[in-house]
Amino acid sequence: MLKIAKSKLNDLYAKINESMGLFIPVKVAGEVDYRVWSEGKEVSLETLKTVKSPKSMFFPQTENLMKFVKEGKNIEIIDVREDFDQRKPFVLFGVKACDYKAIEVLDKVFLADPVDTYYQDRREKTTIITTACSKPEDTCFCSVFGIDATNPLGDVTTYLDNDYLYWQANTEKGENLTNLVKDLFENGGEEKVAEIKENAKKVLDCLPFKNLDLSKFKPENLNELFNSDKWQELSEACLACGTCTFVCPTCQCFDIRDFKTNKGVVRFRCWDSCMYSDFTQMSHGNNRTTQTQRFRQRFMHKLCYYPSQNGGLYSCVGCGRCVNKCPQNLNIVKVIKALGDK
Amino acid sequence: MQEIQAKMKARAKELLESGQVARVIGWKKGEFIYDNSPATFESVEELDNFVYDYFCGSNLSKYLIAESKKPGKTAVFLKPCDTYSYNQLIKEHRINKDNVYVIAIECLAKLNAETIKNLADGFVTGVSVEGDKVTISSPYGEKVVDKKDVLLTKCSTCSKTHVAGDEQIIVYNFEKPSTDRFEKVKELEAMTEDERFAFWRSQLSKCIRCNACRNVCPACSCVKCVFDNPASGISAKANDDKFEEQLFHVIRAFHVSGRCTDCGECSRVCPQNIPLHLLNRKFIKDINQTYGEYQAGEETEGKTPLTSYTVNDAEPNEVVNGGK
Repeated sequence: MLKIAKSKLNDLYAKINESMGLFIPVKVAGEVDYRVWSEGKEVSLETLKTVKSPKSMFFPQTENLMKFVKEGKNIEIIDVREDFDQRKPFVLFGVKACDYKAIEVLDKVFLADPVDTYYQDRREKTTIITTACSKPEDTCFCSVFGIDATNPLGDVTTYLDNDYLYWQANTEKGENLTNLVKDLFENGGEEKVAEIKENAKKVLDCLPFKNLDLSKFKPENLNELFNSDKWQELSEACLACGTCTFVCPTCQCFDIRDFKTNKGVVRFRCWDSCMYSDFTQMSHGNNRTTQTQRFRQRFMHKLCYYPSQNGGLYSCVGCGRCVNKCPQNLNIVKVIKALGDK
Repeated sequence: MQEIQAKMKARAKELLESGQVARVIGWKKGEFIYDNSPATFESVEELDNFVYDYFCGSNLSKYLIAESKKPGKTAVFLKPCDTYSYNQLIKEHRINKDNVYVIAIECLAKLNAETIKNLADGFVTGVSVEGDKVTISSPYGEKVVDKKDVLLTKCSTCSKTHVAGDEQIIVYNFEKPSTDRFEKVKELEAMTEDERFAFWRSQLSKCIRCNACRNVCPACSCVKCVFDNPASGISAKANDDKFEEQLFHVIRAFHVSGRCTDCGECSRVCPQNIPLHLLNRKFIKDINQTYGEYQAGEETEGKTPLTSYTVNDAEPNEVVNGGK
């Protein structure tokens, strides 16, 4: 175990940034989100729930995939990924246990055959530093999904108290990063880390959602859950905005469009939301015509369809962002409670 | 506040039991003390979850677009600010008012759950309001703060009184503090162009294009928004900071100007807490200066500054200069 005084963290960020990019929770206009670090930015590792999750490191909200440039009768296809390949490797710093688990959920989608090479590029080039939660919030329920907020994995695990950041490398990637920055660190901190974990566990024990019952959400109950008459009431206040999907660390849907510019056509992809009326629009129209159907799709996917295809792994990690951010306070906890009754 | 809730609940029960209305739109309890949701109650049994307290900030008027088209009458509880949106929607022929029964309710100013959560380090176990003080309890400690510091933005400068209502439920005759709703707009106006650009650039760089501001907005009642049209040729879903982030919100504010009642829902729902209402207020302020004082939603009929012409209208160059 290594430790560094919090007052020296800027030196650590600067050192990492010398040879790698750094993606880290930064406060901008009052809100904390993962952004590319540069000198002078206000880092907030303590923030549990960044507005957007760190998934945007691997799966950015908007990215250009390729360009088409027409010259005479030829169309040149330009692979814009070269830009990325030439970039330095990245360090993703401050990932909480729930968000780390969410990357596993995304991997099963993007790294399954056919592999999404855009995602894969970034995944392979990134070293992930997790940060254990020391002050869980009332909307946290990661333990329901078997996640230990006090003990996240990743290439490096870090812990915070008032004065120090404690650092533990877990993988070869983590060791390599440690070697790069170890001059800034001193040894020690095992006892402090044990104390941090113990204090956090006391709070985890009194979280209001820690006993959420997921046992009903099994593939064999799919039809019963799908046909429940509770969806109407659960979704009635839904505004059909995309907040829940865009703040969610496991939502993975995207749209691909071509955009005409003065210098050819750019093919881009951007996050899409199953809450939107034009989501997965097909020639015959949209296969989900009401907001209740769209709302049901989102939660059925998280709690039933995805697990049935991925060995029982739920595509919710209990981060609680949707609980915090839904403008009308609808969320997955209310769905689990309403439908989970046996 | 509990007295208001009791009266509202009793009235909802009467209206449903007597068959005068088929449904009542109000709020239902959430999982915490701060996360009530809008809800439709169609039976007396459903009223068990009925709630009205300091966390009922949402504006229910827009739900009437759909609900007023259903068979039977719909009763709705509207706070003072919500009645302006209601009137405006009637003016725009979006609500069938013959099918609506409005119960105007006292507000007492609503609290901002997010501000309170931040003060409680994310773990709220209790909130109590005593006069102008709010006590927030958390496993991490207890805090007493001034109520004015934890209000929803839209409530902190509100001076509205009801402009619609078939009946009223007023218990306390709550006196609203007199504040200048244009204070922040004036601060922005006093900035240099570069400073103002930097302010909005920083705020709008947070936008995640979730469309919550648009979808909650009572003035955004188009059946199909132009931004949802896949054939529009614009990258509406792309979170591109060259065009969308800077212009989407400005375009939207232009589009609702003259119709925006300043209900403040856009800023309440924004997951990134972008002060979108300031764009709308800037237009309201300019309209007031250029065409004379006008409050959208005050009337259900009549001409509006931007949709009528008089020979005394300001010349374009005056308008360009913001009426100055």
